[in-house]
Amino acid sequence: MADAKPRVKAPASAAAGEPFAIKTLISHEMESGQRKDGDGNLIPQKIINRFTCDFNGTNVVDMTLSGGVSANPYIEFDAMIDQAGELKFTWYDDDGSVYEDAKTIDLA
Amino acid sequence: MRIRAKHSAALASALVIALAGAARAEPDLDAKLVINGDLEMTTIAPAPAHLEGALGDNVISGWHYRDAATRQMETDDFENPAMSAVDEALAAWDTVDGSEGKSCADCHGAIEEGMKGVTAVLPKVTEAGALWSAEDFINDCRTNRMGAEAWDWDKDPMKNMTAAIALQSRGMPVNVAIDGAAAPFWEQGKEMYYTRYGLLQLSCANCHEQNNGNYIRADHLSQGQINGFPVFRLKNDGLVSIHNRFAGCVRDTRAETFSKGGPEFHALELYVASRGNGLAVEGPSVRP
Amino acid sequence: MTYTRRDALVVGAGGLAVLAMTRAAWAVTADEAIAEFTGGAAMGEGGITLTAPEIAENGNVVPVEVDAAGAAEILVLAPGNPSATICTVAFGPAAGSQRLSTRIRLAKSQDVTAVAKMADGSFVSTSQPVKVTVGGCGG
Repeated sequence: MADAKPRVKAPASAAAGEPFAIKTLISHEMESGQRKDGDGNLIPQKIINRFTCDFNGTNVVDMTLSGGVSANPYIEFDAMIDQAGELKFTWYDDDGSVYEDAKTIDLA
Repeated sequence: MRIRAKHSAALASALVIALAGAARAEPDLDAKLVINGDLEMTTIAPAPAHLEGALGDNVISGWHYRDAATRQMETDDFENPAMSAVDEALAAWDTVDGSEGKSCADCHGAIEEGMKGVTAVLPKVTEAGALWSAEDFINDCRTNRMGAEAWDWDKDPMKNMTAAIALQSRGMPVNVAIDGAAAPFWEQGKEMYYTRYGLLQLSCANCHEQNNGNYIRADHLSQGQINGFPVFRLKNDGLVSIHNRFAGCVRDTRAETFSKGGPEFHALELYVASRGNGLAVEGPSVRP
Repeated sequence: MTYTRRDALVVGAGGLAVLAMTRAAWAVTADEAIAEFTGGAAMGEGGITLTAPEIAENGNVVPVEVDAAGAAEILVLAPGNPSATICTVAFGPAAGSQRLSTRIRLAKSQDVTAVAKMADGSFVSTSQPVKVTVGGCGG
Protein backbone atom coordinates (compact mmCIF):
# COMPACT_ATOMS: atom_id res chain seq x y z
CA MET A 1 0.00 0.00 0.00
CA ALA A 2 2.10 2.83 -1.29
CA ASP A 3 -0.21 5.78 -0.85
CA ALA A 4 -2.11 6.62 2.27
CA LYS A 5 -5.77 6.45 1.37
CA PRO A 6 -8.34 7.80 3.80
CA ARG A 7 -11.77 6.29 4.15
CA VAL A 8 -14.64 7.78 6.11
CA LYS A 9 -18.02 6.38 7.06
CA ALA A 10 -20.46 9.02 8.25
CA PRO A 11 -24.23 9.32 7.92
CA ALA A 12 -25.68 11.47 5.14
CA SER A 13 -27.92 13.18 7.65
CA ALA A 14 -28.32 13.49 11.40
CA ALA A 15 -30.83 15.00 13.79
CA ALA A 16 -29.85 18.21 15.55
CA GLY A 17 -28.27 17.51 18.91
CA GLU A 18 -28.26 13.75 18.42
CA PRO A 19 -24.79 12.17 18.62
CA PHE A 20 -23.83 9.98 15.67
CA ALA A 21 -20.83 7.74 15.06
CA ILE A 22 -18.11 8.44 12.51
CA LYS A 23 -15.61 5.77 11.49
CA THR A 24 -12.34 6.61 9.77
CA LEU A 25 -9.54 4.49 8.41
CA ILE A 26 -6.40 5.42 6.55
CA SER A 27 -4.03 2.98 4.89
CA HIS A 28 -0.64 3.72 6.43
CA GLU A 29 2.19 1.51 7.68
CA MET A 30 2.65 3.50 10.94
CA GLU A 31 6.35 2.61 11.04
CA SER A 32 6.95 2.92 14.75
CA GLY A 33 10.64 3.78 14.79
CA GLN A 34 11.18 0.81 17.10
CA ARG A 35 11.96 -1.77 14.44
CA LYS A 36 15.31 -2.70 12.93
CA ASP A 37 16.02 -3.60 9.34
CA GLY A 38 17.96 -6.64 8.15
CA ASP A 39 21.27 -4.90 8.88
CA GLY A 40 20.33 -4.04 12.44
CA ASN A 41 19.71 -0.37 11.78
CA LEU A 42 16.66 1.31 13.25
CA ILE A 43 13.98 2.00 10.65
CA PRO A 44 13.06 5.67 11.04
CA GLN A 45 9.65 6.49 12.40
CA LYS A 46 7.04 7.39 9.82
CA ILE A 47 3.55 7.65 11.23
CA ILE A 48 0.36 9.59 11.03
CA ASN A 49 1.03 11.83 14.04
CA ARG A 50 -2.22 13.80 14.19
CA PHE A 51 -5.82 13.42 13.11
CA THR A 52 -8.51 16.07 13.29
CA CYS A 53 -12.20 16.24 12.48
CA ASP A 54 -14.03 19.56 12.23
CA PHE A 55 -17.62 20.42 11.45
CA ASN A 56 -18.09 23.78 9.70
CA GLY A 57 -14.85 24.91 11.29
CA THR A 58 -15.74 23.74 14.80
CA ASN A 59 -13.57 21.00 16.21
CA VAL A 60 -14.99 17.54 16.83
CA VAL A 61 -11.83 15.69 17.84
CA ASP A 62 -8.12 16.46 17.72
CA MET A 63 -6.03 13.35 18.22
CA THR A 64 -2.28 12.96 18.63
CA LEU A 65 -1.01 9.53 17.61
CA SER A 66 2.20 7.67 18.45
CA GLY A 67 3.79 4.61 16.90
CA GLY A 68 1.70 2.62 19.39
CA VAL A 69 -1.34 3.01 17.19
CA SER A 70 -1.76 0.07 14.81
CA ALA A 71 -1.01 0.24 11.11
CA ASN A 72 -3.93 1.54 9.04
CA PRO A 73 -5.18 3.72 11.91
CA TYR A 74 -8.82 3.12 12.71
CA ILE A 75 -10.50 5.95 14.59
CA GLU A 76 -14.13 5.99 15.64
CA PHE A 77 -15.84 8.77 17.57
CA ASP A 78 -19.13 10.65 17.89
CA ALA A 79 -20.08 14.03 16.49
CA MET A 80 -23.13 16.23 16.91
CA ILE A 81 -24.49 18.92 14.59
CA ASP A 82 -27.05 21.71 14.80
CA GLN A 83 -27.07 22.65 11.12
CA ALA A 84 -26.26 21.15 7.73
CA GLY A 85 -22.66 21.45 6.67
CA GLU A 86 -19.39 19.73 6.04
CA LEU A 87 -17.36 17.34 8.12
CA LYS A 88 -13.68 17.77 7.36
CA PHE A 89 -11.11 15.11 8.16
CA THR A 90 -7.36 15.67 8.16
CA TRP A 91 -4.48 13.27 8.73
CA TYR A 92 -0.92 14.57 9.23
CA ASP A 93 2.02 12.39 8.18
CA ASP A 94 5.53 12.61 9.68
CA ASP A 95 6.85 13.24 6.17
CA GLY A 96 4.84 16.45 5.94
CA SER A 97 2.07 15.00 3.80
CA VAL A 98 -1.46 15.98 4.72
CA TYR A 99 -4.36 13.77 3.70
CA GLU A 100 -7.88 15.14 3.65
CA ASP A 101 -11.40 13.94 3.20
CA ALA A 102 -14.77 15.65 3.61
CA LYS A 103 -18.41 14.60 3.91
CA THR A 104 -21.45 16.78 3.59
CA ILE A 105 -24.18 16.13 6.08
CA ASP A 106 -27.78 17.30 6.21
CA LEU A 107 -30.10 17.88 9.13
CA ALA A 108 -32.53 15.01 9.42
CA MET B 1 -20.26 -30.53 16.38
CA ARG B 2 -17.25 -32.67 16.93
CA ILE B 3 -13.78 -31.23 17.22
CA ARG B 4 -11.11 -33.82 16.68
CA ALA B 5 -9.02 -34.11 19.81
CA LYS B 6 -6.76 -37.00 18.96
CA HIS B 7 -3.11 -36.22 19.51
CA SER B 8 -0.47 -37.77 17.36
CA ALA B 9 2.73 -38.68 19.13
CA ALA B 10 4.72 -36.41 16.88
CA LEU B 11 2.59 -33.46 17.83
CA ALA B 12 2.59 -33.99 21.54
CA SER B 13 5.73 -31.96 21.97
CA ALA B 14 4.89 -29.42 19.33
CA LEU B 15 1.57 -28.46 20.81
CA VAL B 16 1.60 -26.48 23.98
CA ILE B 17 -1.63 -26.30 25.87
CA ALA B 18 -0.42 -23.09 27.40
CA LEU B 19 -3.76 -21.55 28.15
CA ALA B 20 -5.61 -24.60 29.34
CA GLY B 21 -6.78 -22.69 32.39
CA ALA B 22 -7.80 -19.54 30.57
CA ALA B 23 -11.36 -19.17 29.46
CA ARG B 24 -11.28 -18.81 25.71
CA ALA B 25 -14.40 -19.25 23.72
CA GLU B 26 -12.87 -20.20 20.39
CA PRO B 27 -13.72 -21.96 18.27
CA ASP B 28 -17.12 -20.39 18.69
CA LEU B 29 -19.31 -22.54 16.49
CA ASP B 30 -22.46 -20.61 17.37
CA ALA B 31 -21.15 -17.34 15.98
CA LYS B 32 -22.78 -16.18 12.75
CA LEU B 33 -20.85 -14.31 10.10
CA VAL B 34 -22.97 -11.60 8.52
CA ILE B 35 -21.07 -9.06 6.46
CA ASN B 36 -22.22 -5.46 6.13
CA GLY B 37 -25.38 -6.35 7.96
CA ASP B 38 -26.94 -8.32 5.12
CA LEU B 39 -24.61 -10.88 3.56
CA GLU B 40 -25.06 -14.13 5.49
CA MET B 41 -22.06 -16.37 5.04
CA THR B 42 -21.97 -20.16 5.13
CA THR B 43 -19.12 -20.75 7.55
CA ILE B 44 -20.15 -24.28 8.52
CA ALA B 45 -21.19 -26.69 5.77
CA PRO B 46 -21.78 -30.42 5.43
CA ALA B 47 -18.45 -32.09 4.76
CA PRO B 48 -17.89 -33.09 1.13
CA ALA B 49 -18.35 -36.83 0.51
CA HIS B 50 -14.75 -37.30 -0.59
CA LEU B 51 -13.55 -36.51 2.95
CA GLU B 52 -15.23 -39.71 4.15
CA GLY B 53 -15.74 -38.26 7.59
CA ALA B 54 -12.13 -37.16 8.10
CA LEU B 55 -13.31 -33.81 9.48
CA GLY B 56 -16.47 -35.12 11.07
CA ASP B 57 -19.86 -34.04 9.80
CA ASN B 58 -18.98 -30.48 8.94
CA VAL B 59 -16.31 -28.33 7.42
CA ILE B 60 -15.68 -25.09 9.31
CA SER B 61 -14.27 -21.79 8.16
CA GLY B 62 -11.18 -20.54 9.95
CA TRP B 63 -13.28 -17.51 10.93
CA HIS B 64 -14.78 -19.50 13.80
CA TYR B 65 -11.37 -20.24 15.26
CA ARG B 66 -10.41 -16.59 15.71
CA ASP B 67 -11.22 -14.44 18.70
CA ALA B 68 -14.21 -12.15 18.82
CA ALA B 69 -12.23 -9.00 18.06
CA THR B 70 -10.69 -10.50 14.91
CA ARG B 71 -14.02 -11.98 13.81
CA GLN B 72 -15.65 -8.60 14.22
CA MET B 73 -13.24 -6.99 11.75
CA GLU B 74 -14.55 -9.18 8.97
CA THR B 75 -18.21 -8.29 9.52
CA ASP B 76 -17.92 -4.79 8.09
CA ASP B 77 -16.05 -3.93 4.93
CA PHE B 78 -15.17 -0.62 6.48
CA GLU B 79 -13.33 -2.34 9.29
CA ASN B 80 -11.76 -5.00 7.08
CA PRO B 81 -8.25 -3.69 6.35
CA ALA B 82 -8.05 -5.78 3.17
CA MET B 83 -10.46 -3.41 1.49
CA SER B 84 -7.73 -0.81 1.01
CA ALA B 85 -5.91 -3.41 -1.08
CA VAL B 86 -9.11 -4.11 -2.98
CA ASP B 87 -9.42 -0.40 -3.76
CA GLU B 88 -5.91 -0.48 -5.23
CA ALA B 89 -6.86 -3.42 -7.44
CA LEU B 90 -10.10 -1.79 -8.59
CA ALA B 91 -8.05 1.16 -9.81
CA ALA B 92 -5.64 -1.23 -11.55
CA TRP B 93 -8.59 -3.05 -13.14
CA ASP B 94 -9.48 0.07 -15.11
CA THR B 95 -5.91 1.10 -15.88
CA VAL B 96 -4.36 0.43 -19.28
CA ASP B 97 -1.08 -1.43 -18.97
CA GLY B 98 1.27 -2.99 -21.51
CA SER B 99 1.94 -2.75 -25.24
CA GLU B 100 -1.60 -3.64 -26.36
CA GLY B 101 -3.19 -0.60 -24.75
CA LYS B 102 -5.69 -2.64 -22.79
CA SER B 103 -6.98 -2.70 -19.26
CA CYS B 104 -8.67 -5.64 -17.53
CA ALA B 105 -11.98 -3.84 -17.99
CA ASP B 106 -11.56 -3.64 -21.76
CA CYS B 107 -12.07 -7.39 -22.08
CA HIS B 108 -13.87 -8.33 -18.87
CA GLY B 109 -16.11 -5.29 -18.36
CA ALA B 110 -17.03 -4.33 -14.84
CA ILE B 111 -15.27 -6.55 -12.31
CA GLU B 112 -18.58 -7.12 -10.52
CA GLU B 113 -19.91 -8.79 -13.67
CA GLY B 114 -16.84 -10.23 -15.34
CA MET B 115 -15.37 -11.90 -12.26
CA LYS B 116 -18.55 -13.02 -10.53
CA GLY B 117 -18.21 -16.61 -9.34
CA VAL B 118 -14.71 -17.05 -10.73
CA THR B 119 -12.89 -17.62 -7.43
CA ALA B 120 -15.46 -20.16 -6.28
CA VAL B 121 -14.29 -22.69 -8.88
CA LEU B 122 -10.53 -22.05 -8.73
CA PRO B 123 -8.12 -23.63 -9.18
CA LYS B 124 -9.32 -25.39 -12.31
CA VAL B 125 -7.89 -27.25 -15.29
CA THR B 126 -7.61 -25.24 -18.50
CA GLU B 127 -8.46 -26.52 -21.96
CA ALA B 128 -4.76 -27.07 -22.48
CA GLY B 129 -4.75 -29.40 -19.50
CA ALA B 130 -2.90 -27.23 -16.98
CA LEU B 131 -4.13 -26.63 -13.43
CA TRP B 132 -4.40 -22.88 -12.99
CA SER B 133 -4.91 -20.68 -9.97
CA ALA B 134 -6.24 -17.12 -10.12
CA GLU B 135 -2.67 -15.86 -10.36
CA ASP B 136 -2.07 -17.90 -13.54
CA PHE B 137 -5.15 -16.50 -15.24
CA ILE B 138 -4.18 -12.96 -14.28
CA ASN B 139 -0.65 -13.30 -15.59
CA ASP B 140 -1.86 -15.01 -18.76
CA CYS B 141 -4.01 -11.97 -19.45
CA ARG B 142 -1.20 -9.60 -18.61
CA THR B 143 1.49 -11.23 -20.75
CA ASN B 144 -0.53 -12.63 -23.66
CA ARG B 145 -3.42 -10.19 -24.05
CA MET B 146 -2.15 -6.94 -22.56
CA GLY B 147 1.52 -7.16 -23.47
CA ALA B 148 2.32 -6.25 -19.87
CA GLU B 149 4.84 -7.72 -17.49
CA ALA B 150 3.77 -10.63 -15.33
CA TRP B 151 3.11 -9.80 -11.70
CA ASP B 152 5.12 -11.54 -9.01
CA TRP B 153 2.98 -14.28 -7.45
CA ASP B 154 3.47 -12.93 -3.96
CA LYS B 155 3.71 -9.17 -4.41
CA ASP B 156 1.04 -6.57 -3.71
CA PRO B 157 -0.35 -5.97 -7.24
CA MET B 158 -1.11 -9.69 -7.61
CA LYS B 159 -2.43 -10.17 -4.08
CA ASN B 160 -4.57 -7.05 -4.37
CA MET B 161 -6.08 -8.30 -7.63
CA THR B 162 -6.79 -11.80 -6.34
CA ALA B 163 -8.51 -10.18 -3.35
CA ALA B 164 -10.65 -7.97 -5.59
CA ILE B 165 -11.57 -10.97 -7.74
CA ALA B 166 -12.36 -13.16 -4.72
CA LEU B 167 -14.67 -10.43 -3.45
CA GLN B 168 -16.84 -10.90 -6.55
CA SER B 169 -17.57 -14.47 -5.40
CA ARG B 170 -18.03 -13.65 -1.74
CA GLY B 171 -20.85 -15.65 -0.22
CA MET B 172 -20.98 -18.15 -3.07
CA PRO B 173 -20.13 -21.75 -2.19
CA VAL B 174 -16.67 -23.06 -2.99
CA ASN B 175 -17.19 -25.59 -5.76
CA VAL B 176 -13.95 -26.80 -7.30
CA ALA B 177 -14.06 -29.74 -9.71
CA ILE B 178 -12.11 -32.78 -8.58
CA ASP B 179 -13.06 -35.28 -11.26
CA GLY B 180 -12.27 -35.62 -14.96
CA ALA B 181 -9.18 -33.70 -15.97
CA ALA B 182 -8.77 -32.45 -12.40
CA ALA B 183 -8.59 -35.94 -10.91
CA PRO B 184 -4.84 -36.59 -11.25
CA PHE B 185 -4.01 -33.16 -9.78
CA TRP B 186 -6.45 -33.76 -6.95
CA GLU B 187 -4.87 -37.15 -6.20
CA GLN B 188 -1.43 -35.55 -6.15
CA GLY B 189 -2.65 -32.87 -3.75
CA LYS B 190 -4.28 -35.44 -1.50
CA GLU B 191 -1.07 -37.45 -1.41
CA MET B 192 0.79 -34.31 -0.32
CA TYR B 193 -1.79 -33.50 2.33
CA TYR B 194 -1.11 -36.76 4.13
CA THR B 195 2.66 -36.80 3.60
CA ARG B 196 4.84 -35.89 6.57
CA TYR B 197 7.40 -33.22 5.77
CA GLY B 198 10.42 -31.75 7.47
CA LEU B 199 12.41 -32.40 10.58
CA LEU B 200 9.22 -32.28 12.61
CA GLN B 201 7.68 -34.94 10.38
CA LEU B 202 4.30 -33.25 10.18
CA SER B 203 1.69 -33.58 7.49
CA CYS B 204 -1.09 -31.09 6.82
CA ALA B 205 -3.45 -33.64 8.35
CA ASN B 206 -1.51 -33.90 11.61
CA CYS B 207 -2.38 -30.32 12.47
CA HIS B 208 -5.50 -29.45 10.53
CA GLU B 209 -7.35 -32.77 10.51
CA GLN B 210 -6.32 -34.45 13.75
CA ASN B 211 -5.82 -31.38 15.92
CA ASN B 212 -8.06 -28.61 14.72
CA GLY B 213 -9.59 -26.89 17.72
CA ASN B 214 -6.51 -27.67 19.83
CA TYR B 215 -3.86 -25.14 20.67
CA ILE B 216 -0.58 -24.74 18.87
CA ARG B 217 1.31 -22.49 21.25
CA ALA B 218 -1.41 -20.02 22.28
CA ASP B 219 -3.30 -20.21 19.03
CA HIS B 220 -6.09 -22.43 17.80
CA LEU B 221 -5.41 -24.74 14.91
CA SER B 222 -8.17 -24.46 12.34
CA GLN B 223 -9.22 -26.96 9.71
CA GLY B 224 -6.85 -25.18 7.37
CA GLN B 225 -9.60 -24.19 4.97
CA ILE B 226 -8.63 -21.74 2.22
CA ASN B 227 -12.07 -20.32 1.43
CA GLY B 228 -11.02 -17.02 3.03
CA PHE B 229 -7.95 -16.41 0.87
CA PRO B 230 -6.30 -14.16 0.21
CA VAL B 231 -6.43 -13.30 3.90
CA PHE B 232 -5.48 -10.03 5.49
CA ARG B 233 -3.13 -11.15 8.21
CA LEU B 234 -2.89 -8.69 11.09
CA LYS B 235 0.54 -9.96 12.05
CA ASN B 236 1.93 -9.17 8.58
CA ASP B 237 -0.21 -6.09 8.10
CA GLY B 238 -0.95 -7.29 4.60
CA LEU B 239 -2.52 -9.85 2.33
CA VAL B 240 -1.27 -13.43 2.35
CA SER B 241 -1.71 -15.67 -0.68
CA ILE B 242 -2.65 -19.34 -0.52
CA HIS B 243 0.78 -20.49 -1.67
CA ASN B 244 2.48 -18.16 0.81
CA ARG B 245 0.50 -19.79 3.61
CA PHE B 246 1.38 -23.26 2.32
CA ALA B 247 5.05 -22.27 2.19
CA GLY B 248 4.82 -21.00 5.76
CA CYS B 249 3.30 -24.27 6.94
CA VAL B 250 5.90 -26.43 5.21
CA ARG B 251 8.67 -24.16 6.52
CA ASP B 252 7.28 -24.56 10.03
CA THR B 253 7.76 -28.31 9.74
CA ARG B 254 11.41 -27.37 9.15
CA ALA B 255 11.39 -28.60 5.59
CA GLU B 256 12.63 -27.05 2.38
CA THR B 257 9.43 -25.64 1.02
CA PHE B 258 8.02 -25.87 -2.48
CA SER B 259 7.97 -22.82 -4.70
CA LYS B 260 4.98 -20.52 -4.77
CA GLY B 261 3.31 -20.99 -8.12
CA GLY B 262 4.97 -24.38 -8.60
CA PRO B 263 3.18 -27.61 -9.56
CA GLU B 264 3.18 -29.04 -6.02
CA PHE B 265 1.34 -26.11 -4.47
CA HIS B 266 -1.07 -25.96 -7.41
CA ALA B 267 -2.07 -29.55 -6.71
CA LEU B 268 -2.25 -28.94 -2.97
CA GLU B 269 -4.37 -25.83 -3.55
CA LEU B 270 -6.91 -27.87 -5.52
CA TYR B 271 -7.09 -30.57 -2.88
CA VAL B 272 -7.34 -28.18 0.07
CA ALA B 273 -9.91 -26.06 -1.76
CA SER B 274 -11.98 -29.20 -2.35
CA ARG B 275 -11.99 -29.94 1.38
CA GLY B 276 -13.93 -26.69 1.72
CA ASN B 277 -16.44 -27.30 -1.08
CA GLY B 278 -19.68 -25.88 0.25
CA LEU B 279 -18.18 -23.17 2.45
CA ALA B 280 -18.78 -19.61 1.32
CA VAL B 281 -15.97 -17.82 -0.47
CA GLU B 282 -14.83 -15.42 2.24
CA GLY B 283 -11.89 -13.66 0.62
CA PRO B 284 -10.49 -11.33 1.52
CA SER B 285 -10.92 -12.42 5.12
CA VAL B 286 -9.22 -11.18 8.29
CA ARG B 287 -6.99 -13.45 10.35
CA PRO B 288 -4.49 -12.78 13.16
CA MET C 1 14.83 16.13 12.04
CA THR C 2 16.48 13.66 14.38
CA TYR C 3 16.69 13.73 18.13
CA THR C 4 19.36 12.34 20.36
CA ARG C 5 18.22 11.17 23.74
CA ARG C 6 19.81 14.30 25.24
CA ASP C 7 17.83 16.52 22.90
CA ALA C 8 14.72 14.66 23.82
CA LEU C 9 15.29 15.25 27.51
CA VAL C 10 15.88 18.95 26.93
CA VAL C 11 12.83 19.29 24.74
CA GLY C 12 10.79 17.22 27.13
CA ALA C 13 11.69 19.57 29.96
CA GLY C 14 10.15 22.36 27.94
CA GLY C 15 6.75 21.00 28.77
CA LEU C 16 3.54 20.12 27.07
CA ALA C 17 3.48 23.02 24.62
CA VAL C 18 6.77 21.97 23.10
CA LEU C 19 5.67 18.36 23.12
CA ALA C 20 2.55 19.23 21.21
CA MET C 21 4.48 21.24 18.68
CA THR C 22 7.16 18.74 17.85
CA ARG C 23 5.09 15.57 18.23
CA ALA C 24 8.27 13.54 18.21
CA ALA C 25 7.93 10.07 19.63
CA TRP C 26 10.68 8.90 21.90
CA ALA C 27 10.57 6.35 24.62
CA VAL C 28 8.57 7.67 27.53
CA THR C 29 7.40 5.78 30.56
CA ALA C 30 3.78 5.81 31.61
CA ASP C 31 4.67 7.79 34.73
CA GLU C 32 6.40 10.44 32.65
CA ALA C 33 3.51 10.65 30.23
CA ILE C 34 0.95 10.93 33.02
CA ALA C 35 3.03 13.60 34.76
CA GLU C 36 3.13 15.57 31.53
CA PHE C 37 -0.58 15.17 31.04
CA THR C 38 -1.73 16.00 34.56
CA GLY C 39 1.03 18.35 35.65
CA GLY C 40 1.22 16.25 38.79
CA ALA C 41 -2.43 16.80 39.78
CA ALA C 42 -4.18 14.23 41.95
CA MET C 43 -5.79 11.28 40.17
CA GLY C 44 -9.34 10.16 40.83
CA GLU C 45 -11.37 7.19 39.72
CA GLY C 46 -14.76 6.69 38.16
CA GLY C 47 -16.42 8.42 35.25
CA ILE C 48 -14.10 6.80 32.73
CA THR C 49 -14.39 3.43 31.07
CA LEU C 50 -11.80 1.55 29.03
CA THR C 51 -12.94 -1.41 26.97
CA ALA C 52 -10.31 -3.83 25.70
CA PRO C 53 -10.21 -7.58 25.11
CA GLU C 54 -9.17 -9.71 28.07
CA ILE C 55 -6.99 -11.69 25.70
CA ALA C 56 -5.66 -10.24 22.47
CA GLU C 57 -5.00 -12.70 19.68
CA ASN C 58 -2.52 -10.41 18.02
CA GLY C 59 -0.64 -7.65 19.80
CA ASN C 60 -0.36 -5.72 16.55
CA VAL C 61 -4.02 -4.87 16.45
CA VAL C 62 -5.85 -4.60 19.76
CA PRO C 63 -9.19 -2.80 19.68
CA VAL C 64 -9.69 -0.39 22.59
CA GLU C 65 -12.40 2.11 23.40
CA VAL C 66 -12.29 4.90 25.97
CA ASP C 67 -15.31 6.82 27.13
CA ALA C 68 -15.38 9.60 29.72
CA ALA C 69 -18.50 11.76 29.60
CA GLY C 70 -17.58 15.40 30.06
CA ALA C 71 -13.86 14.90 29.47
CA ALA C 72 -11.88 17.58 27.68
CA GLU C 73 -9.07 15.23 26.72
CA ILE C 74 -8.15 11.57 27.16
CA LEU C 75 -4.66 10.02 27.23
CA VAL C 76 -4.28 6.32 26.36
CA LEU C 77 -1.21 4.50 27.64
CA ALA C 78 0.40 1.10 27.22
CA PRO C 79 2.83 1.08 30.16
CA GLY C 80 4.49 -2.11 28.93
CA ASN C 81 5.37 -0.75 25.49
CA PRO C 82 8.81 0.66 24.67
CA SER C 83 7.10 4.02 24.43
CA ALA C 84 4.07 4.14 26.69
CA THR C 85 2.05 6.89 25.06
CA ILE C 86 -0.43 5.54 22.53
CA CYS C 87 -2.50 8.60 21.79
CA THR C 88 -4.24 11.61 23.22
CA VAL C 89 -7.55 12.88 22.01
CA ALA C 90 -9.10 16.28 22.71
CA PHE C 91 -12.84 16.68 22.25
CA GLY C 92 -14.13 19.87 20.64
CA PRO C 93 -17.51 21.60 20.86
CA ALA C 94 -18.91 19.51 17.99
CA ALA C 95 -18.11 16.19 19.65
CA GLY C 96 -21.21 14.07 20.23
CA SER C 97 -19.64 12.27 23.15
CA GLN C 98 -16.25 11.89 24.76
CA ARG C 99 -15.66 8.47 23.28
CA LEU C 100 -12.84 7.19 21.08
CA SER C 101 -12.42 3.77 19.57
CA THR C 102 -9.14 2.76 17.94
CA ARG C 103 -6.70 -0.12 17.46
CA ILE C 104 -3.38 -0.20 19.25
CA ARG C 105 -0.13 -2.15 19.42
CA LEU C 106 0.78 -3.98 22.61
CA ALA C 107 4.33 -5.30 22.94
CA LYS C 108 3.34 -7.71 25.72
CA SER C 109 0.63 -8.47 28.26
CA GLN C 110 0.01 -5.38 30.40
CA ASP C 111 -2.52 -3.04 31.99
CA VAL C 112 -3.72 -0.65 29.33
CA THR C 113 -4.47 2.68 31.01
CA ALA C 114 -6.56 5.72 30.17
CA VAL C 115 -6.45 9.09 31.89
CA ALA C 116 -9.13 11.71 31.33
CA LYS C 117 -8.87 15.42 31.96
CA MET C 118 -12.34 16.47 32.95
CA ALA C 119 -13.90 19.80 32.08
CA ASP C 120 -13.29 21.10 35.62
CA GLY C 121 -9.57 20.32 35.34
CA SER C 122 -9.63 17.23 37.53
CA PHE C 123 -8.18 13.90 36.37
CA VAL C 124 -9.51 10.36 36.52
CA SER C 125 -7.94 7.15 35.32
CA THR C 126 -8.72 3.50 34.79
CA SER C 127 -6.84 0.39 33.67
CA GLN C 128 -7.70 -2.87 31.99
CA PRO C 129 -5.39 -5.89 31.89
CA VAL C 130 -4.87 -7.34 28.41
CA LYS C 131 -3.07 -10.63 27.84
CA VAL C 132 -1.25 -10.78 24.53
CA THR C 133 -0.88 -14.31 23.22
CA VAL C 134 1.78 -15.82 21.00
CA GLY C 135 0.55 -16.79 17.56
CA GLY C 136 0.81 -20.38 16.50
CA CYS C 137 2.34 -20.46 13.05
CA GLY C 138 4.65 -18.21 11.14
CA GLY C 139 5.05 -16.10 14.27
